[in-house]
Amino acid sequence: MRWLWVLMLILPSLATAYEAQPLAANPQAEARLKALAVELRCLVCQNQTLADSNAPLAEDLRREVREMIAKDMSDKEIIDFLVTRYGDFVLYRPPWKLTTTLLWLGPFLLLGVGATGLVFALRRRQKKVTDVTLSEAEHNRVEKLLSEGVHRP
Amino acid sequence: MNRFLIPFGLFIVVVGFLAVGLTLNPRELPSPLVGKAAPEFSLQQLHDPEKVISSNDLKGKVWLLNFWASWCGGCKEEHPVLIRIAQSGEVPIYGMDYKDQRSEALAWLKDWGNPYQIVAVDEPGRVGINYGVYGVPETYVIDKAGVIRYKQIGPIREDILEKKILPLVRELQKQ
Repeated sequence: MRWLWVLMLILPSLATAYEAQPLAANPQAEARLKALAVELRCLVCQNQTLADSNAPLAEDLRREVREMIAKDMSDKEIIDFLVTRYGDFVLYRPPWKLTTTLLWLGPFLLLGVGATGLVFALRRRQKKVTDVTLSEAEHNRVEKLLSEGVHRP
Repeated sequence: MNRFLIPFGLFIVVVGFLAVGLTLNPRELPSPLVGKAAPEFSLQQLHDPEKVISSNDLKGKVWLLNFWASWCGGCKEEHPVLIRIAQSGEVPIYGMDYKDQRSEALAWLKDWGNPYQIVAVDEPGRVGINYGVYGVPETYVIDKAGVIRYKQIGPIREDILEKKILPLVRELQKQ
């Protein structure tokens, strides 16, 4: 019985772990793929990037991009390849076009409107404070209160 | 009064935008390929692997290209509509078996009926990528010159067929 215990203690030590092999033979190409894939949208699960998605189409598109990288195509050529097939929607950064003007300028427009509104509101408030005129009696009362401090009942 | 009118006006505008947004289908992306030449392909045929089907063979007629797969639920849904088109003989349908297994695709067609003239096999999904396919079923109307004239994303419903696809096909056939 004792030898069984010994064996049970020794056996696990024979199991050795190996370091995970890198997935791609060419880490440089894989880095480029990664950089491109975070800029591209997966068309199946639309709020994920091509890098994040496990959808079969995303896998296929990554394969396609990988092959284009291997063919030494530039980033622009690869992105154009996808845009001609799937439209601007594949891009997480939509291009600056007539139809996307509002998209790009909208936030600044809103910021401008907000800032203007804030300036107006502050000005109005300032006016309200300065416009208040005190009579002599009121002034004296304020002085009195300030010198005494507030007496709470 | 004015104090409340401005936020209320803004509220109405926002609600308006949201209401319109709700009626849109975010999965329907306009294809940049409509109006452009249909990407060429030359693929093995499903029923006769020895033979090849090429898009060039189809020039000179109006045809439908239907991407489908035996694993696809929407394809089952639109299948009766495809069968009806095939029976009417108004326009030939060519199938593209997308990312599928041959045996299962054959069994599927045997079980439900085959509306296709010829089925091409796109097992790695490359032709699908060239056509901008991002989900099956998708159907393209291609004219005599080989230009894509319409793309249907998702199953073809009866009303889409009657209102959009068939009138377009008839018009293209006259050209």
